[in-house]
Amino acid sequence: MASVTYKNVNKSFGDVHVIHDLNIEIADGEFLVFVGPSGCGKSTSLRMLAGLEEVTSGEIWIGERMVNNVAPKDRDVAMVFQSYALYPHMTVYDNMAFGLKLRRTPKNIIDERVREAARSLGIEQLLDRKPRQLSGGQRQRVAVGRAIVREPAVFLLDEPLSNLDAKLRVEARAFISSLHQRLETTFIYVTHDQVEAMTMGTRICVLNAGYLQQIDTPFNLYHNPRNVFVAGFIGSPSMNFFDAELKEQDGSLVVETKEFRFVIPENLAEPYKQHLGKKVVLGIRPEDIHDSQFLPSNITPAQIEATVDIIEQMGNEVILYLDANDTSFIARVDPRTRARVGADMPLVVNVDNLHLFDSETELSLAYEYKQELIARERGE
Amino acid sequence: MASSDISVSTPSRFALRRAISVVAFAFLVLFALLEAVPFVLTVANSFKCLPAVQDYPQSFIPVPPFGVECRTESGASRPAEETAGPLTFNPALEGYERVAEFNLPTWFRNSIIYAVAITVLRVMFDSLAGYALARIKFPGNRLVFFIILGTMMIPGVVLLIPRFIILKQLGMLGTYQGVIFSLAADAFGVFLMKQFFESIPEEIEEAAMVDGANRLTMFFRIVLPMATPALTALTIFSFQGTWNNYMDVLIIVGGQADLWNLPLGLAQLRGQFGQTLEWNIFLAGSVITTLPLAILFFVFQRYFVEGISYTGLKG
Ligand SMILES: Nc1ncnc2c1ncn2[C@@H]1O[C@H](COP(=O)(O)OP(=O)(O)O)[C@@H](O)[C@H]1O
Ligand SMILES: [Mg+2]
Repeated sequence: MASVTYKNVNKSFGDVHVIHDLNIEIADGEFLVFVGPSGCGKSTSLRMLAGLEEVTSGEIWIGERMVNNVAPKDRDVAMVFQSYALYPHMTVYDNMAFGLKLRRTPKNIIDERVREAARSLGIEQLLDRKPRQLSGGQRQRVAVGRAIVREPAVFLLDEPLSNLDAKLRVEARAFISSLHQRLETTFIYVTHDQVEAMTMGTRICVLNAGYLQQIDTPFNLYHNPRNVFVAGFIGSPSMNFFDAELKEQDGSLVVETKEFRFVIPENLAEPYKQHLGKKVVLGIRPEDIHDSQFLPSNITPAQIEATVDIIEQMGNEVILYLDANDTSFIARVDPRTRARVGADMPLVVNVDNLHLFDSETELSLAYEYKQELIARERGE
Repeated sequence: MASSDISVSTPSRFALRRAISVVAFAFLVLFALLEAVPFVLTVANSFKCLPAVQDYPQSFIPVPPFGVECRTESGASRPAEETAGPLTFNPALEGYERVAEFNLPTWFRNSIIYAVAITVLRVMFDSLAGYALARIKFPGNRLVFFIILGTMMIPGVVLLIPRFIILKQLGMLGTYQGVIFSLAADAFGVFLMKQFFESIPEEIEEAAMVDGANRLTMFFRIVLPMATPALTALTIFSFQGTWNNYMDVLIIVGGQADLWNLPLGLAQLRGQFGQTLEWNIFLAGSVITTLPLAILFFVFQRYFVEGISYTGLKG
């Protein structure tokens, strides 16, 4: 068990600077997820921690130890690779025992640990098989088992589920979460899938193009994205964005786009006042746009109208592709909706959940304010 | 349409396919026989008495009595008709008895020493060098590889004299180590191993490193075991090449008969008799030279086929 710290970590491959000034503190026992689009530097960040890539500058700490110059074998980490990277010439048993054998662990302890891990993973009957005789899901379990038996200070997992089919992935997701709860060890998990990130992480670190965008709990990331990138990346379907301007009208603050005009509720207006007259990006999540006939309680409604382009039935919800004044956006509405393709339709936006970003820096205009608000609400 | 098409053409198509496979098999059998004939004649003639060897048509079916004497009581050789008919012959051991009077055990032992030592060293050096070139990033990595590759383009004969001079200066001419060291690594083997190591997914090696292995442990416990197809191929090529090596050994050990290997000894057998080459002795020597490789081939056939099909080369 150990904490992990990235201090001003940079990484270049030749002239290509792929990680910029990464600063993260990961507490002991945390489940931290690196998430971001493909090529953003997630694997590189993880591999630097494992010692498979050198840092170009900065420091990486595992517990009380600066590990920049420590060989991978001495870092006390275990890693699960996307390809599983099982040793093809060894049986499942030997694959799992290999790390312990290298550490000269007594035979009876190796046997005990391998069998116990195999039992908890449901792969006992496979111990004598070679990797090529296993299915994808079984290989994935062996890869996890190989990490577990080592009882490392930190578990590193690089997209361990991306080679599984959808059903297995959901099962494996739950399994890894429960494993984390049982072992109470630090897990660092890489994925490009924001659903995986949201469901598994105690905290999520969003990366884009080698820059840390935001690191926070799934709840905060969703409700208070720090910038346009995070707002668009977290949540499915993605947040709708509109070019807008902050104005004053009859003593209230309004945000006005080409199509709509929303009055910002008094209790949320405070952080925006200083930005009056500014060009902003308005973000509205599809789930904050409702069919006006099926409104949830506890919202602050604002009427809009749009034409329905496409209807996607999901069963428990309906996704509407809408058009207002040649601006397209998406709504996620109640499954009982009577929307018809081509028809104009009255909709309601919950203005409690508007997200406003500076149109130049793309930073949220109310980040600190909302952080405090959330902390107060959740704390009480 | 489709069904009528099938029903009409099925009989003729079937016949055609049969005809093709019959012809193909006939060809294969023919070529197999053509390949086999020299071997059969070599073995058959090595068991004949001397005049019978030159008897045409060549007989190749051994019939009793076995182990006939090739000479009459007075010491003259028996005429061919007495020991061989048109197809059959009475096997004799004269060739083998006479060849045993030469230094055969020494040559045989030397052949084994050279072949085993060189093969072991090649497997070791070629795989280590191939691994370094495939995975370790050191300055000049590519240059070194291209130089090694370049030596493959140089015909072997060109190297004979420089090698001779170097060995002379090192005082290693006419020694075992002279033969063994100068053939202990080869460009082809390095190339073969490097290509194979590059095909191993790097993540497997990384997994081993995170699991607690240093480079050397990883090399011996993960990488080499995974490279068995390439190692098998390398072993076959090295062993066979060294076993049959005539030129290099000749240049390095020259006239020192106690360091000769079988091919050198065989050449001497042939030279010994000038015009009247004693065929049965020479062919008995050939059989003894070939037999160990043939046995190895039969025993390890399965691995050889795998190994060779891996390299995409044929022996
Ligand atoms: N060994 C390498 N050499 C050069 N560039 C690399 C290397 N590894 C990764 N990169 C580059 O670094 C960036 C980040 O890669 P990676 O960390 O693998 O992304 P991710 O895991 O988020 O998809 C990519 O642009 C990739 O092309
Ligand atoms: Mg990756």
